[in-house]
Amino acid sequence: MSGKPNPRVGLFVTCLVDAIRPQIGFAAIQLLEEAGCTVEVPQAQTCCGQPAFNSGDNRDTERLARQTIAAFEGFDHVVLPSGSCAATMVHGWPDLLAGDPDWAARAKAFAAKTHEITSFLVDVMGYAPQGRRLDASATYHDSCSGLRELGIAGQPRALLSHVEGLRMRGLEGNDVCCGFGGTFCVKYSAISNGIVTEKAEAVEKTGADLLLAGDLGCLMNMAGKLHRRGAKTRCFHTIEVLAGVASGPAIGEEG
Amino acid sequence: MQTATKTPFKDRARAALADRTLKLAIDRTTGTAETKRAAAVAGFPEFQAARERGRAIKDHVIANLGHYLEMFERNATASGAQVHWASDDAEARAIVTRICLNANAKIVTRSKSMLGEEIGLPHALADAGIERVETDLAEHIIQLAGEAPSHIIWPAMHRTREQVADLFREGHNPPPEAEDPATMVQSARVQLRAKFLGADVGISGANFLVADTGATCTVTNEGNAELTTTPPRIHIVTAGIEKIVPSTAHAFALLRLLVRSATGGEMTQYTTFHCGPKRPGDADGPEEMHIVLVDNGRTRMLADEFREMLRCIRCGACMNHCVVYRQIGGHAYGGTYPGPMGSVLTPVLDGLAASRDLPNACTMNGRCAEVCPVEIPLPTLLRAWRVRSWREGLEPGTLRAGIGLWARLAHRPRLYRLASRIGVRALRLFGKGGWISRLPLAGGWTAYRDLPRPPGRTFMEQYRARQKKGTRT
Repeated sequence: MSGKPNPRVGLFVTCLVDAIRPQIGFAAIQLLEEAGCTVEVPQAQTCCGQPAFNSGDNRDTERLARQTIAAFEGFDHVVLPSGSCAATMVHGWPDLLAGDPDWAARAKAFAAKTHEITSFLVDVMGYAPQGRRLDASATYHDSCSGLRELGIAGQPRALLSHVEGLRMRGLEGNDVCCGFGGTFCVKYSAISNGIVTEKAEAVEKTGADLLLAGDLGCLMNMAGKLHRRGAKTRCFHTIEVLAGVASGPAIGEEG
Repeated sequence: MQTATKTPFKDRARAALADRTLKLAIDRTTGTAETKRAAAVAGFPEFQAARERGRAIKDHVIANLGHYLEMFERNATASGAQVHWASDDAEARAIVTRICLNANAKIVTRSKSMLGEEIGLPHALADAGIERVETDLAEHIIQLAGEAPSHIIWPAMHRTREQVADLFREGHNPPPEAEDPATMVQSARVQLRAKFLGADVGISGANFLVADTGATCTVTNEGNAELTTTPPRIHIVTAGIEKIVPSTAHAFALLRLLVRSATGGEMTQYTTFHCGPKRPGDADGPEEMHIVLVDNGRTRMLADEFREMLRCIRCGACMNHCVVYRQIGGHAYGGTYPGPMGSVLTPVLDGLAASRDLPNACTMNGRCAEVCPVEIPLPTLLRAWRVRSWREGLEPGTLRAGIGLWARLAHRPRLYRLASRIGVRALRLFGKGGWISRLPLAGGWTAYRDLPRPPGRTFMEQYRARQKKGTRT
């Protein structure tokens, strides 16, 4: 539970959410406010730097990390609707800046108050959604960075259990990578295709109406493959369901 | 040095992806390995504690490597073995070949050893005109096929039973009478038995080198190591210097991790400690025992960010759980060691310029590190290679230019927002409905999947507009 009754939260809207699926950002604001937070979206934010970080370009990542840390330092918490971007900030940035006497401590302090949204809602705010209903069956994919770097597994499931009418179905290989991997899916697209094809087959096998996950990158990959295969599975970010906006268009559906 | 095949990684990967039989074979074996490992770990409540102990043992040895190697040499020599030091693969090959030629060896039996592959021993023996007989069943299969191992635990896992039956029909005299595993194994046994007894030299690897006794330890499930190392006049062990452990108890601590992680078993069928050659009065054993301790880049790793890789006990769990390995198999990696551990080691052995694709061809999903019995942070080490590759200018110019342009924007939030606004509008031109199915410059994506078409206004635009109107959400 939070130390403060109405913490000030800086929302980091990931680049994919900003460009491809803005309603995830608004769902985040809604849920955070329902949980009792005051939410702001600092304008000095851009990206967590993963394209550079995972390409081995430390210099640009460090520069971006300093810029973002400075922009969010005044908040009680920094929250992101993505386990992968959160993991970069929580683990990647402090490692990168560990040798920088001016920034090492700031990066650590920043990391300590940075959270992926479902874990923040459950672990920090003790939040549970009220009065949500969605009559559908759904399956959940555990995105790798959130799962392995931040230990996110129980939180989204706990939150989803409060949505009336939602029937969760197990997904075989739920913790196996979907093959997105940031730039990997473009640089090694044929291998990525093999991986996401198996994931799509597993999702189709569940027969669930919806596929949910906590990272838009993985979701775009899986949704794009499912659509190419002609599958009827509709894809949503977990927090879209929690905010009650999953009655609207799914990823790739015209609104 | 084991030279990577000349075809580029992506071509090798593409060929592997097109081979459906290969995929079937990989899925059969890695799928079973995954299930068995999970069961073995679940049935071993102290697994995490054992893992931490294993890691601590390896870290201690790595920090005191010189001390334990000297202790090992002293004790191995006292037991009658001859210890040789090889700084690289060429030197290791030369030492082994010289021992064989001095002994006037015609036939050499070999028990599976990845280090032997690493130093290119099969070729060296062939060049010296010595007949090499692989005695591990899987190695026997790939020797008949003229191939290299594709996995460090199951070297022939890329071959289906049906393919093995074909190889045996052609390579065995007489050919096996049926295709069932029992008949085929029996056929291999008949082929190998004569070789076991007629070999002049037996060459094995070592899973552990025990410093305080000078013993080498080998584990197999077939007993072929015992038949390789005992009947011939000469036994040669080739081992990497990182295989050292302080005592037998430490070897057992690591064995419990190794076997569970590798095959999901609790013990291997055969765990043998060799301590020197035959002594006067001994019923059997070789007359000479030689131990070749190979560096080949390992001391270099001691001093850099890849030091933790020296903890590796070669169990193969990382590759069994790797989504990339499970798509392309081991041969596509092009080095001796495939999968995540191979992607860290191959640049050490073959040079980064020849293998920069390997650390890049990884989704960084972290499953390999999750199952590693000695907690090697494989994704971190793979990223360390990417950093080095970036720093050394080995990454392609197009990628550098793309990241450079992106970084210039990302460092300027206002400009970045403007570019995003323009970007999503431009992106909308390429699709109709909710999806984009063809996109220039993103062929890698749209060749295989559709891209959700963005709604046209970025989050930041919509958010600021709402703020101006005074509504927050």
